[in-house]
Amino acid sequence: MRARFVLSEMAIGLRRNLSMTVAVVLTVAISLAGLGVAWLMREQVNTMKDFWYGKIEVSVFLDKNVTQPQRLAISDELDNLPQVEHVFYESKEQAYIRFKQQFASEKALVANTSKDALPESYRVKLYDPKKYQIVASAVELMPGVDQVADVNGALKKVFRFFDGIQRAALVVAIVVLIVAILLIFNTVRLAAFSRRRETGIMRLVGASDLYIQGPFVLEGALAGLVGSGLALGLLALFKIVLIDHGLQSAFGSNITRYIGWDTVLYTFPWLTLLGVVIAALISAATLQRYLRV
Amino acid sequence: MIRFQGVTKVYPTSARPALDDASVEIEKGEFVFLVGQSGSGKSTFLRLVLKEEKPTRGQIWVAGKDLSRLSHWKVPALRRQIGTVFQDFRLLPNKTVHENVAFALEVIGKPRHTVAKVVPEVLDLVGLAGKEDRMPDELSGGEQQRVAIARAFVNRPMILIADEPTGNLDPTTSVGIMRLLDRINRTGTTVVMATHDSHIVDSMRRRVIELDQGHVTRDQSRGVYGYAR
Repeated sequence: MRARFVLSEMAIGLRRNLSMTVAVVLTVAISLAGLGVAWLMREQVNTMKDFWYGKIEVSVFLDKNVTQPQRLAISDELDNLPQVEHVFYESKEQAYIRFKQQFASEKALVANTSKDALPESYRVKLYDPKKYQIVASAVELMPGVDQVADVNGALKKVFRFFDGIQRAALVVAIVVLIVAILLIFNTVRLAAFSRRRETGIMRLVGASDLYIQGPFVLEGALAGLVGSGLALGLLALFKIVLIDHGLQSAFGSNITRYIGWDTVLYTFPWLTLLGVVIAALISAATLQRYLRV
Repeated sequence: MIRFQGVTKVYPTSARPALDDASVEIEKGEFVFLVGQSGSGKSTFLRLVLKEEKPTRGQIWVAGKDLSRLSHWKVPALRRQIGTVFQDFRLLPNKTVHENVAFALEVIGKPRHTVAKVVPEVLDLVGLAGKEDRMPDELSGGEQQRVAIARAFVNRPMILIADEPTGNLDPTTSVGIMRLLDRINRTGTTVVMATHDSHIVDSMRRRVIELDQGHVTRDQSRGVYGYAR
């Protein structure tokens, strides 16, 4: 195998088809970046879920005029639910202390809140936070219950938002991937056509498939590689702009965690491999049709 | 060296067979003219030898190999034993004479020192010494055909196939090309040449196989182009 020969043929091919090659590089980059963003969104949602679900408890707030038998009945009901991990009681005084701690920086707010303004409540920890609805409906209508705090409902909206981004990124990735495949197909076909004299002679003098198709497949693989490189850049940009500067500065680090660079870096080798393999495979498949020996 | 046994080739687009139950045997070292009108099956015959086409029926042996049993990936090895020359030369216009000939060796993976040694030798043989660095469009038709012959012969094939090699050349130049093919034949290479040129066939006095509408109508050693027609 004369590497120098195959490489120089590849360079000639790339130069002749520069505009098509650039198109291939860009579409590969965009589709891989789309895939990467979809993956990162998924990871981000999982990170958030881990964080929030670990903290979620259902709060069952009690009426101002709740009686002791009602309290006990509610507590029994919660204890008997199989979804409940444990229940603890928060009195008005405890609620007030926690409130003071939470809003220590806002002195006016604390000063204007009387000691018995905050309701007493049962804090319920669930085995599976998603089973929230079962618990809520079990105690919601019991006498003595004021309301059951719907923390989960708010979370669902957030998750739906991220799911939406994830799905959109996936759709973009798939559509652009199809475009990329068609472009590679066309580029290779054009390249094969523009070099039909050379390949004709190569076939005639008995060059093997490796020599005839090698330069084209390498061209495809190289375009895929450069495209992947660009995609990695776009992904890093996504992490910096949208996650670090967007989400993190908007919501801060107290209410959730964010995906780190390790997650982003993890996708890099896979995306690169995918880009190179797809481009090379499509090139080879196209050649099977247009460069028969 | 080449054996056709009851070979029929029907192209999908044509009802009439291009080659119809043709049986021919060509020995090692022979010089054979393939004559006949356009469409008589000469080109099909040559394409079948190169395994560019598969016969519809019949069997073909080339260089001791049964082509119907030759797997796809062994076709390149077969073609390395066959040099091919065409009427339209088929040189690469953006490569020099030397590069055109070297190309044939490079694409079959010959090492550089072999290429550097063999190419000047063969260019000398075909009478193009000193013109290595010319581009094809700076050469006359005869010289271009010599480059093509050099390229076909540089790998020392056992068989040289020439499809109307003098078709684009004037008579004087053609004589030169024929001398060259004759010299190549004398090195032991089997030469099969399809041609329309009656003068050449008549003057060479070599074996003549005539095809007519796909049939072998004549096979004559030391033959002439045709009976006075």
